[in-house]
Amino acid sequence: MLSIKNLSADVDGKPILKGINLEIGSGEVHAIMGPNGSGKSTLANVIAGRDGYEVTGGSVTYAGNDLLELEPEERARDGIFLAFQYPVEIPGVSNVYFLKAAVNAARKHRGEEELDAMDFLKLIRTKLKLVEMKEEFMHRAVNEGFSGGEKKRNEILQMAMLEPTLAVLDETDSGLDIDALKVVAGGVNALRSKDRSMIVVTHYQRLLDYIVPDHVHVLSGGKIVKSGDKNLALELEREGYGWVEQLAQAG
Amino acid sequence: MSSTASEIDRRISRDYKEGFVTDIEAETLPPGLDEGVINKLSDIKDEPDFMREWRLAAYQQWLEMKNPEWAHVNYEPIDYQSISYYSAPKSDADKPKSLDEVDPKLLETYDKLGIPLIEQQMLAGVAVDAVFDSVSVATTFKDTLAKAGVIFCSFSEAVKEHPELIKKYLGSVVPVADNYYAALNSAVFTDGSFVYIPKGVRCPMELSTYFRINASNTGQFERTLIIADEGSYVSYNEGCTAPMRDENQLHAAVVELVAMGDAEIKYSTVQNWYPGDENGKGGIYNFVTKRGACRGNNAKISWTQVETGSAITWKYPSVILEGDNSVGEFYSVALTNNYQQADTGTKMIHVGKNTSSTIISKGISAGKAHNAYRGLVRVTPGADNARNYTQCDSLLMSDECGAHTFPYVEVKNPTAKVEHEATTSKIGEDQLFYCKQRGLDEEDAVNLIVNGFCKEVFNELPMEFAVEAQKLLEISLEGSVG
Repeated sequence: MLSIKNLSADVDGKPILKGINLEIGSGEVHAIMGPNGSGKSTLANVIAGRDGYEVTGGSVTYAGNDLLELEPEERARDGIFLAFQYPVEIPGVSNVYFLKAAVNAARKHRGEEELDAMDFLKLIRTKLKLVEMKEEFMHRAVNEGFSGGEKKRNEILQMAMLEPTLAVLDETDSGLDIDALKVVAGGVNALRSKDRSMIVVTHYQRLLDYIVPDHVHVLSGGKIVKSGDKNLALELEREGYGWVEQLAQAG
Repeated sequence: MSSTASEIDRRISRDYKEGFVTDIEAETLPPGLDEGVINKLSDIKDEPDFMREWRLAAYQQWLEMKNPEWAHVNYEPIDYQSISYYSAPKSDADKPKSLDEVDPKLLETYDKLGIPLIEQQMLAGVAVDAVFDSVSVATTFKDTLAKAGVIFCSFSEAVKEHPELIKKYLGSVVPVADNYYAALNSAVFTDGSFVYIPKGVRCPMELSTYFRINASNTGQFERTLIIADEGSYVSYNEGCTAPMRDENQLHAAVVELVAMGDAEIKYSTVQNWYPGDENGKGGIYNFVTKRGACRGNNAKISWTQVETGSAITWKYPSVILEGDNSVGEFYSVALTNNYQQADTGTKMIHVGKNTSSTIISKGISAGKAHNAYRGLVRVTPGADNARNYTQCDSLLMSDECGAHTFPYVEVKNPTAKVEHEATTSKIGEDQLFYCKQRGLDEEDAVNLIVNGFCKEVFNELPMEFAVEAQKLLEISLEGSVG
C-alpha cells in the first residue's frame, strides 16, 4: 500500500527526516510517536506533498506508483487524506460547499458522476452522526469560529466523506478534552476497514487507548528508532521519551 | 512559499475579453473644451435653454476649481484640451425610434458583450439602457415599464420629455460644484439613464444600464438620475466595459439617487472598464461621484459595487440620511491587479433621527496594485440614535501590493453608536494547501477563497449580477494555467 524507503527531507534547508523506512499494508493502523521536533509532522506533510518540505533522498511508493511525483491535489484525489493538526479557516465558504467541491473533485477524478445537492445532503446526514455533529454545522464557514474539538471533528467528517485509502492523522488528539477525544476516536474507529490504512501521528499514548494501532513506531532525530506492537506505546508512556533519545544516540 | 506566490501571480494575470473595438462611423467633436464646445453639445442635443445655462454655469465653476489631490492614487495631470467631449455613432443621428432601427453593428457589439438588446433574447425581467460613447443607443422594455407608470429612458430624452423632473432634481443631491469632476460632468455630460418610479409602485423589472466606451481619445461623461417616489421600489444595475488601448481614457460620471418616504433604491454596479495592461499602460480613469439622498422617513438606499476594472478608480457612493429611520448601505468588492489603483469607499451622512448605515468593504490587491478604502461616517447634531457599522477587510495576493484604510468618523451627537472593524490578511499558503489536500486544484482553491472573502457583498447583488460578478472575479484571477 505505502512503502517508504530511506526517506530524508529538509525544511528551510534544515535536515529533519534522516532515512525513514516504513511499510504499511492494506487495512493496517500504524502509530508514529515521538518527542517534539522528532519529525512526526514533517513525515505527515511530506506524504501529503506540502510546499516547503523538500525531499532530499529515498522514495515513497503508494499503490505501486511514485508518490513524490504527484501534486498535493493529485495525491488527495488518489485517496490520501491528511487530518490537519491545525485545520485552516476559510471565511465565507460554507462547510457544505467546501466538502461538496472536495467530494466531487475526487469523483470526477475517478470518472464517476458528480453528486447533486440532494444526494450529497443525504450522504452527509449519515456521516454527521458518526462525529455527533448537527446539520447546522454544515452551513457555517469552514472551521471559522469552531472550537478545537469542532475543528477536529470536522476533519474526521471530511475523512468520512472522502473515504480515503490512506489517512494520515496529524496529532488529531492535540487540544481535545477527553469527551471530544472519545468522539473523534469513535469516528476514526468506525472508518477502519481492510481497504483503508491509517497513520496516526501522536505525542501521547492517550489517543492509542481509543484508536488501538496494529504497529507502533518511535521517531527520534528524524529516524524510526524502535518499532513494535501496541505495547510499545505503553512502555513509552512509562519510560518517557528520554529513553528513546538514548536509543537514537546509540543507534 | 515563493513557488506558490508566483503561481498566484500567474493566475491573476488577466484576460480582458471585452477589449475589442467596434468599427463604426462616428460623429466626433474635435478635442478641446471651451464655452463653444458646451454650446455645440447643447445644440447637438437640441436642449432647452435651462439645460444649456446650467451647463455653462457649471463650466464657469469648474474653471475655478482644482483637481483633488487627497486620494491615494498617482497619475500624470490630465490635459483636458486633448480630450474629445462628444462622440456618437453616425447612425444614431436620426435617432432610431425602435429597437429594429438600431444599427446592426451596435446590436452586434452588445451581443458580443453578452447584453442582447433584442427583447425576445434578453433575460426576462431585466430592462436595459445601452449607452455607447456619448449617447444612449437603445432602451428596452420601455413600453412594458410605461404601463406600470415607470419612466426609464435616456437622460437626453428625459431633458426634453420630463423637464419639470429634471429641473427639480438635477444637481439636488450632487451640487454642481461638489467636486472637480462633478463640476466637469455637469458642464459636459452627454447622456445616461433617467428613472422615475411613481408613488407606491414596485418596479416590475430590474433596470440596468450598460456603458460602453468605444471611440478613442474621448471622455465619457454620463449622468444618471433615479427618483423613487413615496413608497416605491427599484433595483437598478449598471455594467461597463471599454476597448484595450495604450492611452488612458477619462470616465467622469455623476449618479444621483432620490428616495422619498418609504421608498427603496437598490443600486448595483459591476465595473469592468479596461484596467490597462500588466505594465500599467492604458486603462480607464474612473472618477465618479455617486450619491443618494433619503429624503423622506423610512427611506432606504443601498449601494453594491464590484469594481474589477479601471486603471484608477476614484469613487465614493454615499448616502445622505435626511429622513427619520432612513437606512443607508454600502457593500463593495474592489479588486486591483498589476498597476491598478483604487481609492474607493463611501460617505454616510446621518441627519434624521434613528438613522442607520452599514458599510461592508472588501479590498483585494494583487500584483503591484494599491487598494484604499476611504470612508466618512458623519453624525450631525440632530441625528439622535444614529447607528453605523463599518467593516473593512483587505486580502493581499502578493508581496508587492498594498492595502490602505482611511476611515473618518465625525460624531456630533452623544447618542450615536458607531462601530468599525478592519482586517488585513494575506491569501495563505496554508489555506491553499488545505484546499489542495482535499483534492481542489490551485485555481479552484484561489477562486473558492476569494469568493468566500467577498460573500457578504455578492449576497447583496441580484442573482444574474452575482453570477456575473463571480465570473468576472474568476477571470480577473485566472491566468494561463500551465
